[in-house]
This record gives sequence, C-alpha cells and structure tokens, in this order.
Amino acid sequence: MFRNNYDNDSVTFSPQGRIFQVEYAQEAVKQGSVVVGLVSKTHAVLVALKRNAEELSSYQKKVIAIDDHLGLSLAGLASDARVLSNFMKQQSLASKMTYGRPIPVERIVGMIGDRAQTNTQQYGRRPYGVGLLVAGIDELGPHLFEFQPSGMTQEMLACAIGARSQMARTYLERHLDEFAECDRDELLKHGLRALKESLAQDKELTVDNTSVGVVGSTSTDGKKKLENFKLYDGQEIAPLLEASLETTGTTEGETAGDAMETDS
Amino acid sequence: MNHFPQAWGRPRDDIYGPYDSSHLHSSLPQSHTQSPAVTGTSVLGVKFKDGVVIAADNLASYGSLARFTDVKRLRTFAGTSVIGFGGDVSDMQYLDRLLQSLDIRENYSSHGHSLNAKNLHTYLAKIFYKRRSDFNPLWNNVLVAGLDDEGKPFLSQADLLGTTFSAPTLATGFGAHLAQPLLRRLVPHDEGSVKDVTREMAIDAVKECMKVLFYRDARSSDRYSIAVVTKEGEIEMKEDEKLEGQSWAFADMIRGYGTQVN
Repeated sequence: MFRNNYDNDSVTFSPQGRIFQVEYAQEAVKQGSVVVGLVSKTHAVLVALKRNAEELSSYQKKVIAIDDHLGLSLAGLASDARVLSNFMKQQSLASKMTYGRPIPVERIVGMIGDRAQTNTQQYGRRPYGVGLLVAGIDELGPHLFEFQPSGMTQEMLACAIGARSQMARTYLERHLDEFAECDRDELLKHGLRALKESLAQDKELTVDNTSVGVVGSTSTDGKKKLENFKLYDGQEIAPLLEASLETTGTTEGETAGDAMETDS
Repeated sequence: MNHFPQAWGRPRDDIYGPYDSSHLHSSLPQSHTQSPAVTGTSVLGVKFKDGVVIAADNLASYGSLARFTDVKRLRTFAGTSVIGFGGDVSDMQYLDRLLQSLDIRENYSSHGHSLNAKNLHTYLAKIFYKRRSDFNPLWNNVLVAGLDDEGKPFLSQADLLGTTFSAPTLATGFGAHLAQPLLRRLVPHDEGSVKDVTREMAIDAVKECMKVLFYRDARSSDRYSIAVVTKEGEIEMKEDEKLEGQSWAFADMIRGYGTQVN
C-alpha cells in the first residue's frame, strides 16, 4: 500500500504543490448537507437542507443569524461553524459599539478568511472543516460570500456547497440572469427550487428539513430601509415551500422533469 | 552572597550600609493630567439646509499667553468630515494621529466603505469615555461636522467625559455662553428651522459670532479657520481668515474693570 507522506500536517506542501490536509478539510464540506445562496439587487437569500442524525434526534442547525444585517449557512463540521459564527458575532457587535455602524460584509468575511488561512500555515493547527455562505447587506447593497477551509473567500452571485450541490449549481447557472431583478419572494422560490434539484430521489423538502434566511432592503420613495436578517424554521417555512411548489409547473413546466433531471 | 533573593544584585549591606529602597515604591499614587496645558478656545458649528459650517480660531494659548498663533484646530477626516477641537492642543494632536491611522486602516481593509461623521462622532465619544474612565482624560471638547448615513447634515459634540450632545447650532468653551444664544436666533424651532437656513445665513452668523468672541474672549484671536461641509460630502476649508469689520467703539463705554479708574 502506498502511503501519502505529505498529509500529516497542514503546513507541508506535497511535491505537486498541494496541501493535503486542506483538501481533506474541503472533503468535509462536501460531506455536509447542501446549502444554497443567491442575491438580487435588493436581497440575499440562504436556503439549507437540514439532516437529522437519527429518527429520534433533532435536525442540525444550518442557518445562523449573526446580526441584524448578516447571517450565514454552513456545510461541514457544525462545531467549527459555531466557533466562526461566534467570532463573527463578536466582531459585528464590536463594530456597532465603537462606530455605530453595521460591519461591512466584505470586511467580516475577510476576517474569518484570515483566521482560516493562519490555520493552514501554522504547525499543530488544523483547517476549519466547514464551508460557509455568508449573506448580508451594507451600504453597497446585498452581498453573498463563499468561504472555504483554505481561507479562500469570494463574492458570488449565487452559490451552492455541500453534498450533491452540483445539481443546485446547475439550476443556479441556468437561471442566473433572472436573479438580479427578482423580488424577495421570487428569489426565495429560486433558492428553494435550486435546493430541491439537489435532493436524493426519495427525499422531499419539508417544514422539518428546510431552513431559510433572508436579508435585504426595501426602498420606499427613494429611502432604503433595512429588512433585518430573518430566519425561517419549522412551521414558518410552510408558506414558502407552498409558494415554491405552486408556480413550478406554470413557469417552466418542470414538475415532471424535476425528478428525472435529479436522476441523471 | 547570601540566600535571600531580594538581596541579590544589590550592594551588600555589610559593606555599603543599609540599602536605601525608598525610590522603589514612591509614596504618591500615580496621577494623570489634572488640567490642560496649551489650549484652544471655542469652536462654533451651525447646520444649514444643505450642510454644516464649522469654525475655530487659530490660536493656542499657554495659560493667558497667546503662545501659538497659527494652529489649525479644524481637522478633516476621510475628506468628508471636519472635527473642530477645543481644549488641550497636544491631546488634539494625539487624536488627530489616532484618526489618521484609523482612516488608513479603513481604506486598507476594503474599498467603498467609509466612516461618516456620525460614525466618527460615536468613535470619538467612546475614546473620550474610555480615557475618562481610566482617570486619564483627553482634555478636549470637540464638534464633529459632516453627513450622517442618510446623507443629511450632521453636527454633534463630544467632551472629555464622553458626554455627547447634538443640536442645529453648537459651540464649545466660552462660545457656549457667548455665541450659542446668538446662533440660536437662526433656528427658533430647533431642527425644524434648519430647512430655512441658507449657507450664506449660516456663514454670516458664524463669522459674526467669531467677532463677538474676539471682542469678549481674552483667549481668542482674529485669525480663524472656517469649513463648510456640503451635502455632496465635500469640504471647503479656509484656514487663514481674518475677522472683518471690527468695531471697538463699544469698548469706550465699558466701565468697572480694566485700566480705567472709574
């Protein structure tokens, strides 16, 4: 059996220029259940599929509110995500306390990116085993950022990470042009449909296994008003799920095609 | 050498006599600034419908001595806000350096986000409060002029205790007594009157008050700086203005103090 000599720690490169520990961490992200995020000109939406470890247990937390203007969803190790989200809550609060300003989304994503990067460059540390989608709004508008264990962060128009997320990404790529002009409800529908694409055959979106987070702004006569980050869980989801089902047939005639595409 | 650690490295008592350790712990508690040293006097600020006017003279006094006559007490931040400093000049310079580094940090970490005057005022108030809670105050009274997050004119005050106050017209120091009542004539209904105040009215009122202050405040000078922050977020700063149209005729009438006998 061949042994890989270059995956004992996260500070050693392989001769091919790879850091195996970081790549393994990225595998942990792929083990997590799928999360989808997308932005329009006014809103940012996070949609996540929750899993329960066993029939008797509760469902894991997939969407975390950080602040009024900011939230995230995670795929991978939930405990690592909790450490990161606690840090983000602290930073967000600090910004509000010292400047009276909600922290810019790019700034706070940069902070967790820097933290994750140091884990890949110091001996005896391990990379975070979690990928995040961070959705928030600031003076420049709504944003969606992707965060990876390598410390890489990038702004996205739409993104899906986690198990079987390729299906969701395909949906997002196909409908990318529509997102920008979507209102809140339409964007939610797209999010839920993208999530549905990535479901296994025998699975369905229910009030138990779906989580949604929305943040955005509404403008009334030229004045922008912040719509606080809203987390939908449990029964609150029901109307959203219904709405996403309603028009599926009418807009694209995909009700039948759905399952078949998931199969392919 | 003996086995008492406290004796190690010290002159031996048996040769040099008992060690005088009085300098090791001075009996007085540590103390910080009890009073300012080199000071600037009043700062004036007035909101008008599309911006804010702020002014301060260019004098730094050492007690009653007019020590420095070309000190710029209006400082800009991020090209969008102006801070007028009253009180200790060295503390002003410290705060200016602090804000300079804050500005660099802000611009370095990401583009497109900037701290507006409101954010800046919050930050300064926290700094003042922290320092007064350490019993080591920054001896200043500042006005912050600029725009808030809705792009509306913003004017607010913060002092060495971390107290904050906001009004359409503000004045620090002697100006709070002499100029503020005059400035308030511009805005009889407080915030509701700001929409009726034009840029010219605001500037004229401030200039007039600077004159009154020069007449009656013995720590003031006739050289002053005046800045206008416009709704577009631009600053028009003039740093070497001279009071115009002074008339000292009234001084003749004053009796009861000064050099006259009766």
